[in-house]
Amino acid sequence: MTLSRLSLAQFRSWRRLDLSLDARPVAIFGPNGSGKTNILEAVSMLAPGRGLRGAPAPEQARQGLDAGWRIRARADGRAVETGALPGQPRIVLLDDKPVPQTALARLLRVIWLVPAMDRLWTDTPEGRRRFLDRITLSLMPDHADLSLAYDKAMRERNRLLRDQIGDPGWYRALESQMAEAGGAITRNRLKALAAIMAHQQGGDFPAARLVLMPGEGFADDSDPASIAARLASMRGRDLAAGRTLTGPHRADLGASWGPQDMPAALSSTGEQKALLLSLILANARALADQPVLLLLDEVAAHLDADRRAALYDLICALPAQSLLSGTGAELFEAMGSRARRLAVHREDGASVATEETE
Amino acid sequence: MRHPQAEGSDDIQALIALMARLPGLGPRSARRIVLHLIRRRGDQMAQIAALMEKVAQNSRECLCCGNITDRDLCAICTDPNRATGEICVVEDVADLWALERGGAFRGRYHVLGGTLSALDEIGPEDLGIPRLLDRIAGEAVSEVILALNATVDGQTTAHYIADALEGQSVTVTGLAQGVPIGGELDYLDDGTISAALRARRRL
Ligand SMILES: Nc1ncnc2c1ncn2[C@@H]1O[C@H](COP(=O)(O)OP(=O)(O)OP(=O)(O)O)[C@@H](O)[C@H]1O
Ligand SMILES: [Mg+2]
Ligand SMILES: [Zn+2]
Repeated sequence: MTLSRLSLAQFRSWRRLDLSLDARPVAIFGPNGSGKTNILEAVSMLAPGRGLRGAPAPEQARQGLDAGWRIRARADGRAVETGALPGQPRIVLLDDKPVPQTALARLLRVIWLVPAMDRLWTDTPEGRRRFLDRITLSLMPDHADLSLAYDKAMRERNRLLRDQIGDPGWYRALESQMAEAGGAITRNRLKALAAIMAHQQGGDFPAARLVLMPGEGFADDSDPASIAARLASMRGRDLAAGRTLTGPHRADLGASWGPQDMPAALSSTGEQKALLLSLILANARALADQPVLLLLDEVAAHLDADRRAALYDLICALPAQSLLSGTGAELFEAMGSRARRLAVHREDGASVATEETE
Repeated sequence: MRHPQAEGSDDIQALIALMARLPGLGPRSARRIVLHLIRRRGDQMAQIAALMEKVAQNSRECLCCGNITDRDLCAICTDPNRATGEICVVEDVADLWALERGGAFRGRYHVLGGTLSALDEIGPEDLGIPRLLDRIAGEAVSEVILALNATVDGQTTAHYIADALEGQSVTVTGLAQGVPIGGELDYLDDGTISAALRARRRL
């Protein structure tokens, strides 16, 4: 099992929380502000990065205490601890030994869906690109290094452009590195989209046709020689703009579904959510041989009762472990005894949880 | 800042503070070293102090290759046996020393003293790249080995130099596998460096 124990200390609204977990999904419910999302965020800190809120470590410590925060977990048989003391960066311990955050990526795959993503299909390409890259990274761990290399070379090139430096050899050197890393990034993204499409099941959570869109340029080109040539030919326009206008960093994710090949952005609110869930479930299935944690915040929002019931069936059939949240217990009725139920409320300013058993 | 009086004079405190800023040392190890030296002040400390002063007076960069030396030209640049027609380009002196420890390379070096980085405002002139190109043209060089780190900046610099040498009658090579991404030459063991050097490939 992926996660067998979880304990929080002084994390946001939680003074303490100790949970033992088993393979069953956990349904977390309670009123607004009771601390549900905070639990999911805590679990998301078992992945490298800033978690599902993208928050800095100091913000996560329980206010008014100045004591930092700590999360301990038993994950895939290993003892994981992470936390931050006041004024210090987040640290990670694996079996009591300090390790870099990136070690977490090898231990667990944490996939999340949060309400902020409800507008993913209608918002700017940036959100979709980040979503795509998170999926890609979960499937291909080398994606992180490639993205860092591409980004670094591009920031160097942008600086040359901004400073109006004309040395063509310097541009060629950077562009060839952007082309190498960028070509590999694009190949990874295409492979990830193929894997997701192969693992969609259709039905209430429609199988989408996914495409990597060029993003007003050539973000779908995976051939390093041709990327390098395109960057070189764009140099004049980029110089005028003072930055790199096109390339893999401008990629966008397109999705459409159904007999009419309906674009995601034109679908109803509930349909858009179903589409997102379809991709997330496919991502979990594509990672079947690895320890996956699925965090679904406000999972029931925008879904009708039938869709909800269908979703719970799919979640229970996944090889992944999942934590779900919603405001009321009735939202999880269709789960029946397949899920554990955790009721959350506030007491004396802090969050408190009680497990409900029938 | 006030110090516990048990920790000696102001000079000793200042010495500990200076030592603690050295690479690989912190306040704790600096205190231990200073205490050790004071116990051995008659021999070890006096010898170290005398050598420190001498090295500080006499050290300079070799005018030709950038190696550290106490003369105008370093021992490698003045040794006629090392005029093999090969120049190995490295980022800094620590890399040169690492390659020398490996003992696999018999030619001469060129120390750039850094890597190209627009963000850090380090350009080709700051690295003496025009001087390197002059050297290659003037010294009957047949092969240039770019032993630069596998970081983005290291590889940008390698590309830049290879690009500038295109069309000239020199072979340009880079270190083969064995050099990890983002790894620094100085941290590799001698055998790995020698293997990477032997298996160098044309760029
Ligand atoms: N660092 C912190 N210290 C103490 N409390 C915090 C901290 N950060 C956030 N909170 C509080 O935690 C509470 C619970 O937040 P959370 O987002 O988990 O609620 P929720 O149960 O998901 O509610 P909703 O149903 O509205 O999404 C909020 O009232 C917030 O003010
Ligand atoms: Mg919430
Ligand atoms: Zn020299």
